[in-house]
Amino acid sequence: MNWMEYVNAFWVGGAICAICQVFIDRTKLTPARILVSLVVLGVALQALGLYQPVVDYAGAGATIPLLGFGYSLAKGVAKAVAETGLLGAFTGGVTGAAGGIAAAIVFGCLFALIARPKSRS
Amino acid sequence: MKLDKQSYQRLLEQKSPPSPLPLDCLKAFLFGGAICTVGETVSNFWQWRGLETTDAAAATSITMVFLGALLTCLHLYEKMAKHAGAGTIVPITGFANSIVSPAMEFKSEGLVLGVGAKLFVIAGPVLTYGISASVIYGLILVLLGGGGGA
Amino acid sequence: MIERIGQRTLHLTSRPYLMAHAAAVGKKEGEGPLGAYFDFVTEDDRMKQKSWELAESALQKTAINLALHKAGLQRGELDVILAGDLLNQCTGSFLASVDSDTPYLGQYGACSTMAQGLALGGCLVEGGAARRLLAAASSHFCSAERQYRFPLAYGGQRAPTAQWTATAAGAAVLGARGTGRIRLTHVLFGKMVELGVKDANNMGAAMAPAAYDTLSTLLADLGAQPTDFDCIVTGDLGHVGADLLLTLLRTDGIDLSPVYSDCGSLLFGDEQDAHAGASGCGCSAAVLCGPLLRDMQAGKIRRLVFAGTGAMMSPTSVQQGQPIAGICHAVVIERSDA
Repeated sequence: MNWMEYVNAFWVGGAICAICQVFIDRTKLTPARILVSLVVLGVALQALGLYQPVVDYAGAGATIPLLGFGYSLAKGVAKAVAETGLLGAFTGGVTGAAGGIAAAIVFGCLFALIARPKSRS
Repeated sequence: MKLDKQSYQRLLEQKSPPSPLPLDCLKAFLFGGAICTVGETVSNFWQWRGLETTDAAAATSITMVFLGALLTCLHLYEKMAKHAGAGTIVPITGFANSIVSPAMEFKSEGLVLGVGAKLFVIAGPVLTYGISASVIYGLILVLLGGGGGA
Repeated sequence: MIERIGQRTLHLTSRPYLMAHAAAVGKKEGEGPLGAYFDFVTEDDRMKQKSWELAESALQKTAINLALHKAGLQRGELDVILAGDLLNQCTGSFLASVDSDTPYLGQYGACSTMAQGLALGGCLVEGGAARRLLAAASSHFCSAERQYRFPLAYGGQRAPTAQWTATAAGAAVLGARGTGRIRLTHVLFGKMVELGVKDANNMGAAMAPAAYDTLSTLLADLGAQPTDFDCIVTGDLGHVGADLLLTLLRTDGIDLSPVYSDCGSLLFGDEQDAHAGASGCGCSAAVLCGPLLRDMQAGKIRRLVFAGTGAMMSPTSVQQGQPIAGICHAVVIERSDA
């Protein structure tokens, strides 16, 4: 077992989160805007070929943060365009991220049916 | 005293305590890093079960979304997030939390206009702009002649 | 008769009676430093209801019924109910009074609603439009979160300047005749003051200039010093806003600190993780109708200025980039011996 891969996932993932925390605390950017920026940035970085090396180095440390969501959208598009051209430009992104999106919707509905919100203290 | 906006702005910045940045960042780093390490473990598990890289990545996303949703439903995610900040917002588990929490909250307005419509009230923009960006990237690839097939 | 004094202060010459008062609060509020002063503390913030809006209305209804009971009145004996809360269309309040069979006037003054209701109610009683009326206000952490911020289970982080919406309700009965000793003597309706604060997580800062305007006008109109009163309380400026108000008044040479308190700073203890303090209509309503009026009954406070402060904003106005204005209505309450 290669322990370095866990160390790399930990520090890269943690660093991405810590940088975002600086933006939350010190700018007027709301978390929603930061998340949107991260996804779009993930698409852009992968389009420029800059994100694949990060994924190769850090594994889940790069794919689990929302940048990775953008990465899988972009990767899916590139693959689909290579296969089907123009049609792929439309189908590729969602295909690449389909697992996460469908899971979020289904588990969202499912857990909403069993759980209910609780007051905080 | 006649108050004007500029001098009041200066006064209130003086009197409003800022967020404790180093501590917030440290906690975001530790929580975010820990979630990603769990993700790495899950990913290795799926690869060990024989899934190839792309499929293992999708299975990992689904598993992490499930974990985020489960912790939300057990009211544990909000308790972690109070400390973790970006450390729990930025990972994909936070994406799951942002979908499950409004679904739970707006159940009282019914299954269609409550759960169904409000599911994406926070996560919607992420999908809107993420998918749009991917389509634009795809169109650029097509224009650059990267398209094969039809 | 209503006499106008100075710029804007109204003197209610026959001094309407505050016949009875009651406060009902949530679990966290009951665990706070003022817990023992409230008439009703719920164990379950849901109040056995199926939605948070219904829970809030049940809490307000509890406070109203307790106040009526203490005044020895039935609901039908009121000439009007003035009630408000933070929710769209005052949902908590109309649901609480829908079966009251009493004329109802919905109030919206954000967190200044209790002061607005009392001030308006005082004028209605003084002017003969009502013999007995009830003013009430409520807020609920959970119903306010889902309307103004995020779902409860969403993992967000609160800023150090953010205030915690109180789960609380207060109700007071005003009457032209009575046997009690607590009476309303002056009211002052506040102006909106907007100084460009846009941060919805720093509402104390948005409201402090309005409190400064109202309190300095009141003191000037009455020719009074802060120490002429036993206690001057603002609605819910919280720690940040209260500090700003004291600083603003100090630049005019007015030292409010010996008699000053803020309901938002009083409701929760430091260990309760409420950041800059409490907020919400119910906060000032419950602190007034609980501890403050009880202290007046006991003779510990004889002359009180209750200055409810509100932040004039909505999720829509904030999203459209509009600044948050503050408002502050004040009432002077006195205990007469004899």
